[in-house]
Amino acid sequence: MLLKISWKNILDKKLNSFLCVLLMTLGIAIISLLLLLGKQLQDKFAKNISGIDMVVGAKGSPLQLILSSVYQIDNPTGNVYLNDVQEIAQNPLVKEMIPLSMGDNYQGYRILGTNKKYFEHFKTKIATGAMFKKDLDVVLGAQVASSTGLKIGDTFSSSHGLDAAGEVHGDNKYKVVGILEFNNSVIDNLVLTSLNSVWHIHEHKEEHSEADADTTHHDEPTTEPEAEAQEAKREITSALIKFRSPMGLMSMPRNINQNSKLQAALPSIEVNRLFELLGIGIDGLQILAAVIMLISGISVFVSLYNSLKERKYEMALMLSMGASRTRLFLMLLLEGVLLSLFGFMAGVALSRIGIILISNQLSKKFHFDVSQMALQTGEIYLFIGALTIGILAAALPSINIYRLNISRTLAEE
Amino acid sequence: MLTCTNLTFAYNAQKQFSFPSFACNDGETLLILGNSGTGKTTLLHLLALLLQPKSGSIQINTEEFAQLSAKDAAKARATHLGIIYQKSHFVSSLSVLDNLLLANYLADKGLAKEKAVQLAQSLGFAELLDKKTTLLSGGEQQRVSIARALMNSPQVILADEPTSNLDDENCEKVIQLLESQSKNIGASLVIVTHDQRLKDKFSNKIILN
Repeated sequence: MLLKISWKNILDKKLNSFLCVLLMTLGIAIISLLLLLGKQLQDKFAKNISGIDMVVGAKGSPLQLILSSVYQIDNPTGNVYLNDVQEIAQNPLVKEMIPLSMGDNYQGYRILGTNKKYFEHFKTKIATGAMFKKDLDVVLGAQVASSTGLKIGDTFSSSHGLDAAGEVHGDNKYKVVGILEFNNSVIDNLVLTSLNSVWHIHEHKEEHSEADADTTHHDEPTTEPEAEAQEAKREITSALIKFRSPMGLMSMPRNINQNSKLQAALPSIEVNRLFELLGIGIDGLQILAAVIMLISGISVFVSLYNSLKERKYEMALMLSMGASRTRLFLMLLLEGVLLSLFGFMAGVALSRIGIILISNQLSKKFHFDVSQMALQTGEIYLFIGALTIGILAAALPSINIYRLNISRTLAEE
Repeated sequence: MLTCTNLTFAYNAQKQFSFPSFACNDGETLLILGNSGTGKTTLLHLLALLLQPKSGSIQINTEEFAQLSAKDAAKARATHLGIIYQKSHFVSSLSVLDNLLLANYLADKGLAKEKAVQLAQSLGFAELLDKKTTLLSGGEQQRVSIARALMNSPQVILADEPTSNLDDENCEKVIQLLESQSKNIGASLVIVTHDQRLKDKFSNKIILN
């Protein structure tokens, strides 16, 4: 019955209640959305980083090097000679070196020249087709395959640069030989091929632009001796390095940065730096959302305060009918609690809808992991916070119940 | 059986009231007549245990109620008293039926829905039970508040100016309703009013001045 009266009172003031719930919903939804997105981002970043201890590439911003080589989101810092990198890889502390070569794209998806170790690093499997063997064979990431509609056996021309508007390399067409399983990592958004393919495409381009008569390279450079002979001049964009022991982390990056033309960057440090930078924005939004929640609390307060003034006689009446003041106090408290409860539930629901919309918008670059739709631990604190605001906002005006003079109130009306 | 002896009350040093002693048997009616400012409402609130008398005693069936604590007074009100106020007030968000059941709930008694329906039938507002109280006419509201006062079968029914806003015909009707209903449950009925029309209808009366 207490719940019923509270509920009826809420229904009786539909607009007021709606406003309170709406504000609470917005506050909760924003915070909860930020929590979810933050967790998703962190998970994504953590998953892609795992196992990569160091990235070497051309001098420049270390963050840029990490973003371009590990996450495939920024432009590369420039090219380096493969043999310089291989020299570093000779170091006994290095367990594995994965060369990466980029420069072209297909419909905005990067074409990445690399070797089998890159696939092993992501523990990815070929869903259909086979690995690339010949030059210009490519394997598509799952996301690329589904959004471009390319199938095995299809051919396509790449565009120069990393955005879709680049100049088209029309002469040589890549051929799709395999499609990867969905991996929930950057590899989903990549077109993978051999290092040779990338070199091959660009050699031809250079030759054409120079209008050089020398056509000795024009023969398909698939034969090993020729490729090796050219290795000294071969350039790659960067290389991912795994160490045998943490000792590598201590000595190698400094050594490389000081004594070579290369740059070494540590993903763990750069990602932390990135999150610190992002954190400012997230914090700002969270404060905004907290303010909205607070305003919702104030609106519950004002709404209850006003309705209590109107319902003063009603309260005196119920007291004269034998209600205890504590019972009426609880009844009013319940109204605040109910309002914040609805706000919380609607907010959590709204944030889930928001995340689905956002991930649909960004699905090309950002795949949302549906398994994280469950309540986050942060949201439990959010729930406690919302409830506290509701209780406080209701308790402050309701305290007056204990001061109400029944006899005078009844006599006055 | 309601018995009051030598009740006095003081709002402050200047505004003091002392009331004559009176009694009202079960099933009977006591009329308290008086003009404005004679302490009618004060006396009613004393009887309703909303105010605490300075001295004197209020007994219902030989049980003393004059000096109860606020908490006990609330409990006593809920179980022993039914109060009909001059202006009918309800919990506006609840339906007529829920307003009646509220009396049971606040007295910590089981919700007697059948009794509410039965009272509504005998007072002639059965078709209004699901309506909001704000939609009712003044006369309907008064009948609902009479029904509410009867919900817990109290020993004493207090009515504050039940007829002041009514024409002669309705005045007659309401008084009859009040009398018959309180006789039905064997309660003492105390009517506090300035309405001179009621003066000759009751033999047991006291006049305040």
